[in-house]
Amino acid sequence: MIWMEAFAGLRDFLRDWPLLSIVTFLPAAGALLVLAARASLPGENPGFDRGVRLITLIVTIVTFVASLLAFAVFDPANDAYQMVENTPWAFGFAYRLGVDGLAMSLILLTTFLTPLCILASWSIEKQVASYMVLFLILETLMIGVFCAQDIVLFYFFFEAGLIPMFILIGVWGGARRVYAAFKFFLYTLLGSILMLVAIVAMIAIAGTSDIEALTAYARDTGFEPNIQNWLWLAFFASFAVKLPMWPVHTWLPDAHVEAPTAASVMLAAILLKMGGYGFLRFSLPMFPDASHFFTPMMFALSVVAIVWASLVAFRQLDMKKLIAYSSVAHMGFVTLGIFSGTMHGVQGAIFQMLSHGIISGALFLCVGVVYDRMHTREIAFYGGLVHRMPVYAAVFMLFTLGNVGLPGTSGFPGEILTMVGVFQVNVWAAAGACLGVVFSAAYALTLYRKVTLGVIENPKLAGIVDMDAREWITFAPLIIATLVMGLAPSLVLDFTHASAQAVATAFVGAAP
Amino acid sequence: MMQPMQDLLASLPLVRAELLLVGFALAGVLIGAWGGDRLFGLLSALGVVTLAGAGVWSVMDAPVAPVQIFQGAMVIDGLGVFAKALIGLSAAAALALGADHFARSKDPRFEFPIMLALAALGMFIMVSAQDLISLYIGVELQGLCAYVLAAWRRDDALSSEAGLKYFVLSAIASGLLLFGASFVYGFTGSIHFDAIASATAEGGGVGLLFGLVLMLCALAFKMSAAPFHMWTPDVYEGAPTPVTAFFAAAPKVAAVVLMARVLYEPFAGLEPQWRQVVVALSAISMVWGSIGALMQTNLKRLMAYSSIGNMGFALMGLASGVAEGPSSALAYLALYLPANIGIFALILAMRRNGTPAETVADLAGLARSRPWMAALLTILLFSIAGIPPFAGFIGKFLVFRAAVDAGLIWLAVVGGVAAVVAAGYYLRLLSSAWFSAPAPRFDPASFPIAVTATAATALVFPIMVLTLGSLQSWAEAAVRMSF
Repeated sequence: MIWMEAFAGLRDFLRDWPLLSIVTFLPAAGALLVLAARASLPGENPGFDRGVRLITLIVTIVTFVASLLAFAVFDPANDAYQMVENTPWAFGFAYRLGVDGLAMSLILLTTFLTPLCILASWSIEKQVASYMVLFLILETLMIGVFCAQDIVLFYFFFEAGLIPMFILIGVWGGARRVYAAFKFFLYTLLGSILMLVAIVAMIAIAGTSDIEALTAYARDTGFEPNIQNWLWLAFFASFAVKLPMWPVHTWLPDAHVEAPTAASVMLAAILLKMGGYGFLRFSLPMFPDASHFFTPMMFALSVVAIVWASLVAFRQLDMKKLIAYSSVAHMGFVTLGIFSGTMHGVQGAIFQMLSHGIISGALFLCVGVVYDRMHTREIAFYGGLVHRMPVYAAVFMLFTLGNVGLPGTSGFPGEILTMVGVFQVNVWAAAGACLGVVFSAAYALTLYRKVTLGVIENPKLAGIVDMDAREWITFAPLIIATLVMGLAPSLVLDFTHASAQAVATAFVGAAP
Repeated sequence: MMQPMQDLLASLPLVRAELLLVGFALAGVLIGAWGGDRLFGLLSALGVVTLAGAGVWSVMDAPVAPVQIFQGAMVIDGLGVFAKALIGLSAAAALALGADHFARSKDPRFEFPIMLALAALGMFIMVSAQDLISLYIGVELQGLCAYVLAAWRRDDALSSEAGLKYFVLSAIASGLLLFGASFVYGFTGSIHFDAIASATAEGGGVGLLFGLVLMLCALAFKMSAAPFHMWTPDVYEGAPTPVTAFFAAAPKVAAVVLMARVLYEPFAGLEPQWRQVVVALSAISMVWGSIGALMQTNLKRLMAYSSIGNMGFALMGLASGVAEGPSSALAYLALYLPANIGIFALILAMRRNGTPAETVADLAGLARSRPWMAALLTILLFSIAGIPPFAGFIGKFLVFRAAVDAGLIWLAVVGGVAAVVAAGYYLRLLSSAWFSAPAPRFDPASFPIAVTATAATALVFPIMVLTLGSLQSWAEAAVRMSF
């Protein structure tokens, strides 16, 4: 098997490379490149804008390739953090990177979606260089969040991500963009600053900022139960806002609706995942007793989120807002699965996070396709698009079904696993979640019917054209990913097995 | 104790930096008297070199152990050296901004660099004070120069009002300081910090406490900590912008360091008592600084409230009473200063056809017409708001850590919430610069301003973040040597 040998050779060759640093900072280097180009070529210049788009696309594709190399080196059978880089920095903190299956899969999701977002941003005409620079910085910060193995470094990336997103929403967003940008920033900042105080306290108690050492401390010594509850609540404040959970989700519909399409995709696909990632990485392993204590609350909030957000989604008049509320509902499944603490539940939650990243990202891109043509997201404006845009209707259909969780799409395994996991610990919560599955079919299919089926009644739609080649290229990888993950979920589940096992063990071990 | 003459001779080489400032001021007056305002540019250039040189020189002359000089009136130690470096460099930056500003506004007066040098001298004395007399002399020398500087545009009503207001209110604070100092002297029988420290080692009576609280009020006034901040917005608004840049930087360092000295040297024995006062000052400043700024439309008034809030954070470090408390406050200031100076440099640079931008709304369209300026402003504001990855975040982190180590978690939470509110008004500035409709183009920034702003940004972002370890160990070593 010559290719196996070649693969092993590649792994050996790459083993000593600081691959995670390369993946993390490649986009930032690209941003510097764009800035340098901007500095040397001042003034408005359409050719320059084209060049910037191309540079950004190439940089993000190269980053994706680099992350694939990291993926090749990664050994899913090994449950320790891998590719660890450790450089002491200051105050006892370290520049420490490392990944497990969970982090690696989220990094891949990030690097996979960013080039597609750049493609979807081709129609941006305003301040193109600034837009692309911010997008590249955002990618660096998002990858950094998942790579960081030092809790302060994690916070660094976690909170810094607010800056590019704030400007992206505020400059390139819709009519109420300034309001949405402020709400997004301040809401999330308030959550994270409480987490910062908790981080400071944790470092003071445990005497280390290394995430692995903190987890070991929590396992062997454990934070005092009373302190644990407070620390858990502080972390909850941050992750619940980020995820977002009911009732602190209200920034999300605003931010989603006003953000430019690609920023919506990033927001839904990656930024929300930071909340789930935080629960899995910090709350459960580090505060297992508190997690048990608060599980009933989490179940209640999740079920309310699932049912309530689904009902609200049903009543929306704006396509993006509908998808935003459906995100809230789907994130309810994620928290349900995580706090079930069972292997099924945690695996389901991780799968759901990845699948939601792809499907909701694709749905926002679907909205973007018609928005680019008609400049409105009002559901009532559209109707009968299938007659003018058959290909678009087919693509939209696939992702709508994915959103509903149809078997065969990536939406299904996550939901069923979560449900199985939750059923083992709390039948009522599982029953509530089932209700959400029914509702999701109602609102998603209704949206699809209103937008694509029927006859074209709006004369403005008469001239609308189907997807062009660029849009095709944007959607093709997403379609493949949705189907592959749906038909062969074990590809992903094997990969995240070790991480989920660690979380579930920590949680079950602390059962009262 | 040495003979007075020997002591003087032994002390003089240790205050070379201070002598340099004195020499520059005296020579400057002579040169100015002979050459007049034509020499404004030359004197300013010399002044920048002198001020920066004085800061650097104090670092080069730094001793390995505290040295008392002038018969115990002053001390050369790590804390003082750290503060002098910050004061010298930030005063030099403010002078560079002022030289450019006054030359362009056709108002060059040769006294400007001299006043700044004398004010810096006053601050150098403040941060090395070892008895109540040198403390007072330092505060007053700095203060007198500051009143003159605030009223620098004497034909301008706002500027004269600023100077007068500053003078009258400051005189009251000085009165409180003297009153408190006389109580302290009366109850301990000494003006020297060491003697006071041994007298208060086992705590003190009501009279001594009374004196201490009065002194703390006066010092809080000097550093514009709420509720003694009322002068700040008016003075910041009325004073010429480069002078405001100066007020917002160097005197804050001097006041915070002096407060650290007073708290941790003579009154270390009264820690449980002063801690309540400092905690209250810190909490009120953070909260009021952020709430007060929300409704401001004037850029300089907004920055005044921002400095009040930031002093609250520095006080959080001092309030902790733990070993890393003062060093966290020092590091906080070292990270706050460049951002602050950079922002004022940009405020100076933002002019349309020669008319300076004064309100938040005047920033409209900055990102469109001057993207680099907008980028610098963004980085500096996010740093001062304490958002990572910029250096200001580490400052906040360190004072939070000091507070948590001291068991003041509630104060850290208050600070965190105040930081979020404060982020709200920093975002307003950015929103105006980035999100508003395009407005007429801004004039290009002059060279000194561009250099200052860029250097400040570089300090806030890449350089500081990479060298934070050495900054922190320097601050810790400085504090360990002193207390």
